[in-house]
Amino acid sequence: MVIKEFKHVLRDQRSLFFLLAQPVMMILLFGFALSNEVKETKIIVVDHARDEISKTLINRFEQNVYFRIIDIVPDESMADDIFKKGLAKLIIVIPANIADDIKHQYKSIVQLIADASDPNTAAIVSTYAGAVFRDYQNELLGLVKMPYEIKVEQRMLYNPQLISAYNFVPGVLTLIMMILGAMMTSVAIVREKELGTMEVLLASPIHPLQIVLSKAVPYLALAFITEIIILILSVFVLNVPIRGSLFLLLAESILFISTTLALGLLISSSTNQQQVAMFISLVGLMLPSLIFSGFMFPIENMPLPLKTISNIVPTKWYYNIVRAIMVKGLGIESIWKETLILATMTLVLTGIAIKKFKVHLE
Amino acid sequence: MNAIVVNNLTKTFGSFMAVDHISFHVTKGEVFGFLGANGAGKTTAMRMLCGLLKPSSGEGRVAGFNIDTESEEIKKHIGYMSQKFSLYNNLTIRENIRFYGGLYDIPKKELKQKTDELVEQLGLTSYTDKLVQSLPLGWKQKLAFSVAIQHSPEIVFLDEPTGGVDPITRRQFWDMIYETAHNGLTVFVTTHYMDEAEYCHRVSIMVDGKIAALDTPNELKKIFETENMDGVFRKLARRAKRNE
Amino acid sequence: MKKLLIIVQKEFAQIFRQPTILRMIIMMPILQLILIPLAANYEIKNINIQILDFDHSTYSTALIHKLDASPYFKLVGLPDHPTIASHRVEQNKADITLTIPIRFEQDLIRDSKATVSIEADAVNGQKASLGVAYASQIIGSFNNEIREKWIQMPRLVEFPQIEVRSSMWYNPFIKYPLFMVPGILALLVTMVGGLMSALNIVSEKEIGTIEQLNVSPIKKYQFLLGKLIPFWVLGIVSISLGLIVARIIFGIVPAGSYLTIYFFSAIYLIGALGVGLLLSTLADTQMQVTLISFFIIMFFVLMGGLYTPIDSMPDWAQKLASFNPVSYFIRVMRFIVIKGSGIHDLLPELKAMILFGIVLNVLAVWNYRKRTV
Repeated sequence: MVIKEFKHVLRDQRSLFFLLAQPVMMILLFGFALSNEVKETKIIVVDHARDEISKTLINRFEQNVYFRIIDIVPDESMADDIFKKGLAKLIIVIPANIADDIKHQYKSIVQLIADASDPNTAAIVSTYAGAVFRDYQNELLGLVKMPYEIKVEQRMLYNPQLISAYNFVPGVLTLIMMILGAMMTSVAIVREKELGTMEVLLASPIHPLQIVLSKAVPYLALAFITEIIILILSVFVLNVPIRGSLFLLLAESILFISTTLALGLLISSSTNQQQVAMFISLVGLMLPSLIFSGFMFPIENMPLPLKTISNIVPTKWYYNIVRAIMVKGLGIESIWKETLILATMTLVLTGIAIKKFKVHLE
Repeated sequence: MNAIVVNNLTKTFGSFMAVDHISFHVTKGEVFGFLGANGAGKTTAMRMLCGLLKPSSGEGRVAGFNIDTESEEIKKHIGYMSQKFSLYNNLTIRENIRFYGGLYDIPKKELKQKTDELVEQLGLTSYTDKLVQSLPLGWKQKLAFSVAIQHSPEIVFLDEPTGGVDPITRRQFWDMIYETAHNGLTVFVTTHYMDEAEYCHRVSIMVDGKIAALDTPNELKKIFETENMDGVFRKLARRAKRNE
Repeated sequence: MKKLLIIVQKEFAQIFRQPTILRMIIMMPILQLILIPLAANYEIKNINIQILDFDHSTYSTALIHKLDASPYFKLVGLPDHPTIASHRVEQNKADITLTIPIRFEQDLIRDSKATVSIEADAVNGQKASLGVAYASQIIGSFNNEIREKWIQMPRLVEFPQIEVRSSMWYNPFIKYPLFMVPGILALLVTMVGGLMSALNIVSEKEIGTIEQLNVSPIKKYQFLLGKLIPFWVLGIVSISLGLIVARIIFGIVPAGSYLTIYFFSAIYLIGALGVGLLLSTLADTQMQVTLISFFIIMFFVLMGGLYTPIDSMPDWAQKLASFNPVSYFIRVMRFIVIKGSGIHDLLPELKAMILFGIVLNVLAVWNYRKRTV
């Protein structure tokens, strides 16, 4: 029976292709295309002064890799227009007489007008711009030695180059396992029901649990293979190493796959229509899994009710486990708590799923 | 006057020849049975005649039009009942009739009248505004057939129309077919129910993409020395290389 | 034309009878719009910081207070021992560890120089950089306070100062939902247009009624238009629902006009539907359609700047993004809702979107065959 199911799955090549292509695509994208790095931000300078200091400052910005001056204009009245068309993200206004003010009043006020529609970028860009001014200011002060200096040494743990791959490879793994385990399995089971062949199988001497398991096994195998592919990609193409024990990682993954299979079973016993199964899987399962795993959005920033919900979502625990093993290189001593939670969830879910399935059959 | 003429019609998929140079004709008003095992090529052949599949080589004419170059024209003159279900389950009978009638350019006024007639004929008047999915299978089949011919086509193609239906309903269905054939409609039907072959004026049996036999049921029984069409088929099938 | 009307009629009748589709059209916007903006708060605040204070001096205590008082940080502990500190980081209980060495105050006063060290859990690179930057900023400010105490007042005045004043336009209160919602609306419309229309056509393939249509004299464009129109309407309904939800839950009122939003949505939908139509010609089962469109949607949305900015992408990726219809729509939605851009501000985007609509639909119609070859 299991072999028949395997054949079934393998025959649908298009589905298989896109199933495997998904994580590959995501990893390649995250690895090579997506980033939060700020570079060559388009800015416009309003130079009221046109003196030697303003020229120096403009020069600084021109040399700076974070910025790209696309225009120097005489006044800031067009700011709204510029932002509305999306021509620049920051407008720097240098006041008239800046050279005089600095020499004689020892003070000058520079204005930054930021397009804060993307608050993150606006904050970072403003900070960087501010740093340019501060550096210049410090240069002016340079002749006087800075007393009472507190020097800050910094060290980045686990990820010295700040590669975001360390964050998203575990995330992509989690997502794909969820799709494979829950959605595909539930749809496969439900399709049998929709076509009517499920009844035929149930009438046969084969135990219902066997029927269900035989549907689940190919996807379990597929999930496992996909995981290996993802890991190979990460290690060799993205240079994201697996610092911890590979064995532990795979073992935890099998646990998580079982969790997703239990979820898939649960979904399949709730409906007889493929479309509904897909809908529940996508909107009811995947979306929350994605949101509450901590992969795309930081959990600690969420309002309390959402934070609580994230504790019930299995993906959060699995994601943490994978991160701990892959990126931090930790062993079972550090993640036994999460593992226990995941295992308990799996058992509970499986229990509910089996009961529901039995009831459903009658 | 031939409703359908086919000459050396062939269809290959890559290296696989599904339909192998078949030739035959169907006269107007005939009930023509197109038999064969699954995989023998009969559905493929029929789809070429209906303009659902492009022929690889050979020629054919349906209602006088070339199946290769004038397939869209053919569609105005034929009716079709697909093997998978052809009516929309979540539409009412009335809505289905109206929809398909509109597809074939039956004017609105005429449509209203036809709907009432059709429904009455089938005895489904009380179900007119109920969803098709609430009907038992046998009624659905009959309804599907009626809808397929409501635009008075010259030829109607039926692909395994009686699948899954009980023998009594099947008999009733064939009564319907006879009646319409009597009125001049040419019926081209594929089936794997060999007993239904007896109902046809002439029958062709496809084996491995070729037409292995073509004649009236009685003649075939004589030639193959069997009592029924089932026997004829079995003898031919034994020679078949392609099994499902 | 009459035939077109008949088909559209039938489509609507079917749609209203299928609870799944209706559920999706209604539930999707609501769920996505509520959950995602609430969850997607990128603001880095409440970074967990722990401080190893080996000095226990007035200055070190003052620095600790200053960090504790900052809204950016949450002081989670003052461990005694580096090992305890490391454990905390391993267990994700602390993100940043600041170590104040012994004799910190002494060194600073006597030698005019002292060093502290920060260690950050950099698994989330962005959080780590920002955390270190904020911490450095606070330490720098603390540094200035100390300087001011020790340097006589008159001398201070002679230091040239450039004060930088920033104004944040369009989103002065830094509300993240305001930024996220337009992008999600764009995603929503993309899904309705791309996924649902494809699902619908493919389900006709699966059931078999499509054959019945292919064998009728109906023309290709009539069939496809007949499918397109109802889902176009559904797309508009979807976005309306989305806008209502955004208003009720987040209080987001577009800075621009609703008309502009609908205008661009209408055009974009045509393109998205084109993709959906094209998709349906490439798949045979609903499962395939779901997987393929999930793949396509994920790709185009990620490359469209929903999650990370297009400007941060490498040049080759940015070029790719210029061929991505979704990136234009996301940009347009953000501009209209947050900044109040009008049609005249967005002419280049409009041109691109119209072009996409035409090309994609022509492709879809061309690719659809009533007769299999």
